[in-house]
Amino acid sequence: MAQFTGKVWLLGDDIDTDIIIPTEYLALPSVDDMKKYAFSPLRPELAGQIAPGDIIVAGKNFGCGSSREQAPEIIKHLGVACVIAKSYARIFFRNAINNGLLLIESDLHDHVQEGDTITVAPGEQIEAGGEVYPISPLPQNLLDILEAGGLVRAMQKRNGLIS
Amino acid sequence: MGHTLIEKIIMKNTGLDTVSPGQIVTVNVDRVMIHDIFIPFVAEKFKEMGFTRVWDPDKICLIYDHMVPTSAVEDVRHFQIGDAFAAEQRLTHVHRTDGICHQLMPEMGYARPGQVVFGTDSHTTTYGAVGCFSSGIGYTEMAAILGTGELWVRVPETIRIEIDGELPGNVSAKDVILTILGDLRADGATYKALEFGGSAVEKMSVASRLTMSNMSVECGAKCALVAPDEKTAAFSGVPMAEIAWLKPDPDAHYERVIHYSAAGLKPVCACPSQVDNIHPAAELVGTKLDEVFIGSCTNGRLEDLAAAAGQLEGKTVAPGLRLIVTPASRSIYIEAVKAGYIETLVKAGAIVTQPGCGLCCGRAGGILADGETVLATNNRNFLGRMGPSSVKIYLASPAVAAASAAAGEIVLPE
Repeated sequence: MAQFTGKVWLLGDDIDTDIIIPTEYLALPSVDDMKKYAFSPLRPELAGQIAPGDIIVAGKNFGCGSSREQAPEIIKHLGVACVIAKSYARIFFRNAINNGLLLIESDLHDHVQEGDTITVAPGEQIEAGGEVYPISPLPQNLLDILEAGGLVRAMQKRNGLIS
Repeated sequence: MGHTLIEKIIMKNTGLDTVSPGQIVTVNVDRVMIHDIFIPFVAEKFKEMGFTRVWDPDKICLIYDHMVPTSAVEDVRHFQIGDAFAAEQRLTHVHRTDGICHQLMPEMGYARPGQVVFGTDSHTTTYGAVGCFSSGIGYTEMAAILGTGELWVRVPETIRIEIDGELPGNVSAKDVILTILGDLRADGATYKALEFGGSAVEKMSVASRLTMSNMSVECGAKCALVAPDEKTAAFSGVPMAEIAWLKPDPDAHYERVIHYSAAGLKPVCACPSQVDNIHPAAELVGTKLDEVFIGSCTNGRLEDLAAAAGQLEGKTVAPGLRLIVTPASRSIYIEAVKAGYIETLVKAGAIVTQPGCGLCCGRAGGILADGETVLATNNRNFLGRMGPSSVKIYLASPAVAAASAAAGEIVLPE
């Protein structure tokens, strides 16, 4: 995966799936309809401010709570390049990879401010404020899914719909 | 080296001679559960992936619970899509009004000891209470399972939790698991398995164990197992001899073992707005309440309704407070009627609703207004879950909830 540069939006610990997208919006017909309500219980203005290529940096246990897959899908649809958190809740982690959303585990949260510009080389390092933070690569089976563009495309390949 | 319970279930399922934490394996799925919120997405992804037939219709349960009965016009679409998918794929295990998925799966025998079960809901960990490896996944992975019958999993490390001794009279399984969550914190078991044991767990009913396994996802656990015993065999309708292998080896390796003395535990509450924000109920006495909710896949079972009725016998709900009681399933509702619990609760002033998720997921049946406070027996008190983000949600046992409903403020149960 090629390296990329983006602007930081800083969130705290335990950003749960009810914060990422409250249940009341899950019945909306599409993820694009839902995405303007992303993070609304915590920061109602945030969804309108996030621009494609931006990066979410958070504390520990990002995505805890329900299994709603709209949570990573919405983040992906907002154009977020990747999420960098100290740790992730398990179902969110799987859902993100399955939707082609890159997740990176790092304690970068303690070293950056909102609005900072950082450069990410997936599987290698993050550059922020002149410092370099090493990151570890994902296991191969997860990289395969990410590189296929998510689990739907990986299954389409399996079923011979695409090559 | 011996193996923990989850390792033994994965070994049996995969046919591997040994497994160790961190290893990635592919399991054969024994049963899946899909609920109303996610069925449209599962059906869409299934087709998009290029599948035409599900791998085994008998292994698929479709359960409507979050939206029953509907509270918005868009909700009906979920039932229409679900019904169409069930007809097309010849699904037979479809429940439209029978109760909450996590109650029905073990109650109907869909999730049994030793099986591997996945559901499109985080509280799928519930069935660990009957010795089943069960965990929540998203709808895209569910669509892939429907096509393939398998899923990759990382063999989890196991944290063993031993609870020994006798629980005090006003302390329930809910207080035990809330106490554990307060100690482990919201991410204390992320990617890991919990294994509950000890004499207090042995004495617990299957219903109480379901409460503990249900909430284990709130500390990030992948699954939360109790080794099956005679009670499990009777509950799940399987001979004990068939499930006797479902116990950890004496020399199993645990990441850590945590001990609790049951006698030292107290009634507790999770305070706004995190499930691990645990405080003794005694310190919260006097907190004014606008609403009390008793129900959910955590605490909507017969023993929970019995505890609530016990607290409200001959009493009335405090003036101005709304008490909402939601049995977890149709069969529990019927049993509670027969036992007289429903009559006691209704006479006390409770609103008893149809079985389902009800207020727990914040879509219907008691949404709160700005600045209000609710004490609830379900599993989550996140910001904005039951109304505007200014609503304060406390979580507690059915006994604390019912006693507090009569007082109009948080009190200790009798």
